[in-house]
Amino acid sequence: MNRKAKGVRVNNVSKIFMSHSGDSEFKAVDSVNLDIQPGEFVTLLGPSGCGKTTILRMIAGFEIPTFGDIFMDDTRINDLSPDKRDTSMVFQSYALFPHLNIYDNIIYGLKLKKLTKHQIEEKARNIIELVGLKGMEQRSPNQISGGQQQRVALARALVMEPGVLLFDEPLSNLDAKLRVYMRNEIKKIQRAVGITAIYVTHDQSEAMSLSDRIIIMKDGIIEQVGTPQEIYFTPANEFVAQFIGDANFFEGTVKKLEGNKAVFGIQGQCFTGSYSGIKKTGDACKLVIRPEELSLGQEGTLKGIVTRSTFMGMQQEYTIQTDGISVEAIDTNPKNKRVYQEGEKVYLNFDQDKLHII
Amino acid sequence: MSTRTERAKMRMRQRKSDMKKILTDPILTIAILFIIAALMLFILYPLFKVLKNSFLNSDNVLSMDAYKKAMTSNAFKTAFMNTLKLGIFVGTVSTVIAFIFAYTDAYCKSHFKRIFKVVALLPIASPPFVLSLSAVNLFGQYGLITRQLLGITNFNIYGFKGVALAQILGFFPVAYLMLVGLLRKIDPSIEEASRNMGASQGQTFWKVTLPLMVPGIANAFLITFIEVAADFGNPNVIGGNFGTLATTIYMQVMGNYNMKSGAAISVVLLGMSMSLFIAEKYWIENKNYVTVTGKSAKDRVFITDPKIVWPLDIFCLLVTVFIVLMYAMVPIGAFVKLLGVNNAFTLDNFKYVFASGGKAIRDSVWLAILAMPIAGIVSMIIAFLVSRKRFVGRGFIEFVSLMAMAVPGTVLGFGYVSAYNTKPLILTGTALLIVIAFVAKTLPIGVRNGIAALQQIDPAIEEAAQDMGASSVKVFSSVTVPLIKPAFFNSLINTFVRSMTAVSTVIFLVTPKYKLLTSSVMQQIDEGKFGYAFAYCSILMVIVLFAVWLLNFVLSRFGVSGGQKRTSVL
Repeated sequence: MNRKAKGVRVNNVSKIFMSHSGDSEFKAVDSVNLDIQPGEFVTLLGPSGCGKTTILRMIAGFEIPTFGDIFMDDTRINDLSPDKRDTSMVFQSYALFPHLNIYDNIIYGLKLKKLTKHQIEEKARNIIELVGLKGMEQRSPNQISGGQQQRVALARALVMEPGVLLFDEPLSNLDAKLRVYMRNEIKKIQRAVGITAIYVTHDQSEAMSLSDRIIIMKDGIIEQVGTPQEIYFTPANEFVAQFIGDANFFEGTVKKLEGNKAVFGIQGQCFTGSYSGIKKTGDACKLVIRPEELSLGQEGTLKGIVTRSTFMGMQQEYTIQTDGISVEAIDTNPKNKRVYQEGEKVYLNFDQDKLHII
Repeated sequence: MSTRTERAKMRMRQRKSDMKKILTDPILTIAILFIIAALMLFILYPLFKVLKNSFLNSDNVLSMDAYKKAMTSNAFKTAFMNTLKLGIFVGTVSTVIAFIFAYTDAYCKSHFKRIFKVVALLPIASPPFVLSLSAVNLFGQYGLITRQLLGITNFNIYGFKGVALAQILGFFPVAYLMLVGLLRKIDPSIEEASRNMGASQGQTFWKVTLPLMVPGIANAFLITFIEVAADFGNPNVIGGNFGTLATTIYMQVMGNYNMKSGAAISVVLLGMSMSLFIAEKYWIENKNYVTVTGKSAKDRVFITDPKIVWPLDIFCLLVTVFIVLMYAMVPIGAFVKLLGVNNAFTLDNFKYVFASGGKAIRDSVWLAILAMPIAGIVSMIIAFLVSRKRFVGRGFIEFVSLMAMAVPGTVLGFGYVSAYNTKPLILTGTALLIVIAFVAKTLPIGVRNGIAALQQIDPAIEEAAQDMGASSVKVFSSVTVPLIKPAFFNSLINTFVRSMTAVSTVIFLVTPKYKLLTSSVMQQIDEGKFGYAFAYCSILMVIVLFAVWLLNFVLSRFGVSGGQKRTSVL
């Protein structure tokens, strides 16, 4: 892989779909700004209808932005048709050509580039080896498994050596275990090749395991951009906190602001945590605590009663009623811990040094 | 939500960006312009000429004379009512018979499925008037059944009875193919759910299956009605004094040389047909409840209850036997001197036909062959443009190419004569015009099959090709075409068969130079030379069946991509 990975810049892009009769419209993407660095693995994550696939398709050239510009490195690509763009897409349905065998599927684009037979053969051989499909070249798409089809789609896109590799929910048609295996393969290959990757999914575990940065979207708008850690530990709002992982919210008010710390009043108690947002003293706020951050004990900060205790193998899941609200907690490795039953009184504790407020 | 002006502006931008995508691709632009020009020239212009002529009187001055005369003429009023009566009666009976056949095929463990399938398709491979011809020879004055078998001498098969019989048997296969396709696509789980909730087989049929099929049944009825209204051959052979709009047009133009009157009646017939077509397209097509995409959940478990299967089987068997009987008459009648009168074996009929009709047969075959690739390629291009591209004029192309299906053959033929016998385009009397007429008449079905085939292809496949650098043309030729091959071949078969068996379309276009097989048959029937007529028909059917077999053979050799189903031969 010698070709240079490219960066993608999306500048204030909106996409509005009009109905056939023209009297209703749907704003799929609303003034989105993105700056993706060459070689980066970025995931567009969000629920169905949030606009992530539309953005991907606009980068690929299958949709044209209603407003705004898209740049690849420093070239504006709005007016380029998909066949002229330096992108390659791995489609959700794989979109393999049913009338061609695996080998011909993979070299389809190479033949269009007018390379010599020798060059084509070499590139094809390398890529087939890379994705682990050696020996299957002569088979046709309906003779191989879903995972293998996926790898053909990946090979076909990679062999084009594009500046940017685009993924449209490529793993959603695979079963759970295969999904985990394939996403690791994808990451391995992306790292080895160093290509820029833009990945669309609604599966948060895929996003977390694959991405250098995650872009979370909802209703056409970007809710937050950050590394998996940033998104998980410091979600920007309630939607992000609930979309990635689970979250408990404790409502309270800002009591005092001191530099980059603040004092909050919650459940009648005061806590000090880091805060660098725009809220002022007296504003309402929410404390975000993940279930695994809560530990149960005989004494502690919050008092409650267990209303649900479920054994999940790897962890014990609890629902605890405290001061009128329901709280989810998780205790990992329950084998070596005290397990509380429904109805028991319990205290909840959490690390008060790293509280996150939204 | 933006204001109306903002939305209008956005629509303009959308359209402009769609057009930009097209204009940057010169071949695409040329293809679109060419198709629009062809459709306007060969479908809209002739119809416009007919419409224009209907508003002129004998001095070529604008007037409503032709219409006035028509409205007051008894012949016209009777013909109009006759056409309506025929359409409703034949439409209803055909649809019922077709539904019974379709239900037996799709739902029951019938013992004779293969026979039913073959027989139901026979009428498609022959000109519609073959049934009239046989009916006359079986049930006419000297009919084999009426006189020879039953000794009846005063049964008159001519008129409404005969036409209805021939049309019902001739047109129900089309409806059958439509309905069986839809019935097969109903998810069996729906009916199983009904049984699960306590409904009997019968209740499930009336409350679940039938309601699901209502749009399909209405569709079948309308399509049949349109075919009945357009039918020239059957009323001409067995109608006697029972005139329809189609035969009246012919008589006005060929008999009275009254082009204006012919034009007025054509407009009325066209209007009838068009309103049905529009009703079908816009009212019913959108109400299709049967899922059309994707695979069905599972295979259907066939009904085996003898109380249900046997009556259905017997009914279908009777109809089948009847049809086979009618078609058996063709070779039998060709090999005897005069069926019903002189049943001596003879080869004279064939000798005569090959001697004086050889050119007509050859011409029919050549012109049909010429029309095949043109209709096939043009219909696939139109299907591709309409399904996959967005541009100004797309709706126009789609509407006109499908609308041609509702133009009765007589009207189209008459339109061509009206449009192309003056400069700058003098095409009347040429073989070219006949080929163009064949293409225009068979284009709609090719387009419909092409669109259906394209709907089954994941659009992502073509996007993937484009993504890897293929231009629109390359996508079409290297990806789309291989995948719609079955639809393309079916369109070829359809064009050949319909061109070979066309009657109403060519009745105005034949000349001493280009007589064509079907019009030769009509001539022989007019002269009472049934032996010759049967011989011509036998040859025609052999040619058509051979061609269908050949094209199917080629299709199977050149491969259907895995899992692709054949679209119907309609």
